[in-house]
Amino acid sequence: MTTGTAATRVLGVLAIITTAWVVVSAFFLTPADVVQGDSVRIMYAHVPTAWIAYLAFVTTAVASGFSLVRKHRTLGFDRVAGASAEVGVLFMAMTLITGSLWGRITWGTFWQWDPRLTTTLFLFVTYVGYLAIRRVDVDPVRRARRSSVIALLAVLEIPLVHFSVVLWRSLHQEASVLNTDGDVRLDGLMLFTLFSGVVAFTLMFVWLVMHRQRLTALSDLERVVGLDAAISARRAEGVSGIHAT
Amino acid sequence: MKDLGFILASWVMTLGSIGVLALVTLRRARELSSRVPDEHKPWV
Amino acid sequence: MNTVLAIARKDLTIEWRTRTLLARVVPFALLVLVLFAVALDSEPLILRAAAGLVWLAMLFATMLLVQRSFDLETADSALDALLGFVSSSSKVFFGKALSLFVQLFSLAVVLVCAAVVLYGARVEGGGVVLLVTVLLTATVGLALVGTLYGVVVANMNGRDSLLPLLALPVLAPLLIGATRATEAAFGSDTIDVSNGWAWAALLAVYAVVFGSAGAAAFAPLAQGDS
Repeated sequence: MTTGTAATRVLGVLAIITTAWVVVSAFFLTPADVVQGDSVRIMYAHVPTAWIAYLAFVTTAVASGFSLVRKHRTLGFDRVAGASAEVGVLFMAMTLITGSLWGRITWGTFWQWDPRLTTTLFLFVTYVGYLAIRRVDVDPVRRARRSSVIALLAVLEIPLVHFSVVLWRSLHQEASVLNTDGDVRLDGLMLFTLFSGVVAFTLMFVWLVMHRQRLTALSDLERVVGLDAAISARRAEGVSGIHAT
Repeated sequence: MKDLGFILASWVMTLGSIGVLALVTLRRARELSSRVPDEHKPWV
Repeated sequence: MNTVLAIARKDLTIEWRTRTLLARVVPFALLVLVLFAVALDSEPLILRAAAGLVWLAMLFATMLLVQRSFDLETADSALDALLGFVSSSSKVFFGKALSLFVQLFSLAVVLVCAAVVLYGARVEGGGVVLLVTVLLTATVGLALVGTLYGVVVANMNGRDSLLPLLALPVLAPLLIGATRATEAAFGSDTIDVSNGWAWAALLAVYAVVFGSAGAAAFAPLAQGDS
């Protein structure tokens, strides 16, 4: 029995189907945007990965809080926190890459020091550090305590980073994709594709987190139980040996 | 389609990296779960 | 309060006897300032960047001093012994932060003098009061965050590379705030003194937030090492 269950299999199939629909719709069905042109097709991947990355970091923070408070479920919550941060970091990396490709088309540069981009970059680096710390501690209990505190400190840090970066770059103009009276007009199908993108990436996120937190459980168990199992297997051999005689 | 290279690159990288992570996760899970008996897995 | 002072005095005494700050950190920070000037290689550019370079050098120096401060404690698991003697672990936190603050503040004064001498930065009139306030509030923030993340990585393998990775993103608001406020105090054209005071206020908020977070987080973190 691996880390898959009926639930993850259903989720996996649904994720593949919705992703296929989003790709087909993003490339072939939706029109080019009036202002952004074809570069808007990147947005159907960029916006959902950004939202799900933020969702992942919120999940990490909440699970870390529970991990510190609920003493008897510490390790379970900590595994969810860690798995969620891993997936969040990957999604955020993709957000930054697709964002700079989009920026190259639209602004002519890969990067601009605007508040939202800068905050996102700092958020990314913060969680890379969080994952680095998780890899150091081998003892699960100590890892849980230490990484939970760091995840909660990150929650404290991000508003401060955002606020100071906004003050630093107060010239910034808000250009939200979902701002209906902004320069991007999304027709019905475009909005629906974006929404399907959010659904598809959420499904991928949940699938990955379920598998990866079980994977952490396995590697924690492997060290403890691997030894245990060897002993009980030996004992079982001994017992059957006695019965045979 | 204008800028097709950039658009394709975005999608290939996004879906590709998520796919690779999924495959790596599944392979590692198969390897580890063969070494841990089923009664210790809370989800079974 | 006496405990806090006693711990700070202990660290400062060790520091005074070994002279790490004087012999290594101050020369290192000055070297950073000189190398930046060489790399930028243009006097107007150096003058514009002066405040930012001073605070970058401060950030790097903080990493060195924090590591030093906790290497003292992890040897012979002195931190555990210390926590055993002290009634509340937040006193250990503030004690270590206080000693770090004293060291960082003296370094900051040296670096600002170096910026005046090497970069030709000028401080006049109301700028002096603003500069002193910024040095105080920003160094308090540096000391608190440094101590907090110092205990996070204490006892860990590879802590010398983990500390900057964890602490530098957290210090980003402080770097931005301290740099802008110091620019204002240096009489830059891009920011006036009243704006500088707004940044100084942000630095104070930052110090309060991480002071209380540090006091709360120190206990579970220190427990993890026992």
